[in-house]
Amino acid sequence: MEERKIRVLVAKPGLDGHDRGAKVIARALRDAGMEVIYTGLRQTPEMVVEAALQEDVDVIGLSILSGAHMSLLPRVMELLAEKQMTNVPVFVGGIVPNDDVPALKGIGVAGVFGPGTNTEAIAQAIREAVLGQ
Amino acid sequence: MVSDLIEQVRQGSRRAVARLITQVENEGPLAQAAVTALYPATGRAHVVGVTGAPGSGKSTLVTELAKALRKEQLSVGIVAVDPTSPFSGGALLGDRVRMRDLAGDEGVFIRSMASRGSLGGLARTTAAVIKVLDAAGFDVILVETVGAGQVEVDIARTAHTTLVIEAPGMGDDIQTIKAGILEIADILVVNKMDRPGAAQTVKSLKMMLHLAPTPAEIRHHGRQAQAGGPAQASGLRHRAGWEIPVLEATATEGKGMIEIVIALREHRNYLQSSGEWLAREKERSQREVEQLLQAAWMARWQAAVPPAAREQTMEAVARRELDPYTAAARLMEQVKCDWSNYDDTWLR
Repeated sequence: MEERKIRVLVAKPGLDGHDRGAKVIARALRDAGMEVIYTGLRQTPEMVVEAALQEDVDVIGLSILSGAHMSLLPRVMELLAEKQMTNVPVFVGGIVPNDDVPALKGIGVAGVFGPGTNTEAIAQAIREAVLGQ
Repeated sequence: MVSDLIEQVRQGSRRAVARLITQVENEGPLAQAAVTALYPATGRAHVVGVTGAPGSGKSTLVTELAKALRKEQLSVGIVAVDPTSPFSGGALLGDRVRMRDLAGDEGVFIRSMASRGSLGGLARTTAAVIKVLDAAGFDVILVETVGAGQVEVDIARTAHTTLVIEAPGMGDDIQTIKAGILEIADILVVNKMDRPGAAQTVKSLKMMLHLAPTPAEIRHHGRQAQAGGPAQASGLRHRAGWEIPVLEATATEGKGMIEIVIALREHRNYLQSSGEWLAREKERSQREVEQLLQAAWMARWQAAVPPAAREQTMEAVARRELDPYTAAARLMEQVKCDWSNYDDTWLR
């Protein structure tokens, strides 16, 4: 049997049309040896969770720049709970004010990465969350 | 645990399907038991391969085709394969980007797969993943290959019907008569008909098909190819009774999809009425069982011969003291197995 591949869903929920950051992350995680399922722009929480279910991913990574994180993320977490997928950690990147981070962690978001985060640190955080390393 | 998951797959639980696919793809502990249990429920779906050069529009066409199949009340499983990086072992699976429109439809299930080092345009476990979707009851399973060049023809050995997608501006007439990917097409589709040169591409492909020998000659060559060895067995594909259509499509506008749906249905009818469906199933089963046998024999052989002895032999070959043929023959001789004693009562 091969070594276990980490499968990550990288998605951009919401309406902002700028996915360079998400692409940079997707590329970096690919280079870190992960299988990245990239879904592209303008995903609804329903689309994100359904894609995560079909792809049976280990981790969900969401890029949100629009400021809508406080409405999108609770919905994503709710849908994950509905589908008994709370074991899938959710990471958020993009523009999230520091003040909102505790609230996001409170609803179960595993980590928030702001601008300038080293991509290797993100890969490492994902490995730790999935493999417990 | 396995039986729970399998029962859920039979009942069409999407989560169970997804988790079982992961097991099968990772060749995990449940994989073999799962395929054994699901196998009787497979063989019902129409497996359709979609292949073509990178950028020829495979994902967009698969999406539009899936929409057209849904209008016919057919449920659709999609397996989309993208390449694994030979350097990092990672992969960027981007086919879902173009499949947004299918989101939210309970009759569609999309799974992305990385090729994981396999070079034939599919992953090694793609066939097993197809079995899971088949057992889950999907009517049509669309398998999108890695962007293929000229030699990635595994799909023809996996699918019932192979669609080869061409786009305008990919080369001159000689490209169309080269061996390889065009030979495996059951249906040819020229996509991007809105682009300049598209009509010329259609013309070249039709001409290529007319240059082909008559069906009787093909059958003759088919037999020859088979005598030449299993690697050429796909030469048998083009039998009398099926004329390869050249269809025109503009997938970005959803144009030409109904014609493809009709051609798929006709090809399926042709396969079933000509006996070709069963012939292909047999060919596929033979290859599958033989591959498993090879792996099993190899494993037994490796267990039987001490690593030091193998090492010594390989070194001798490297130093030119022994040639590879003699080495293989000697190594075979050292493993005692009784070939004379096949018991053929087990299957009755």
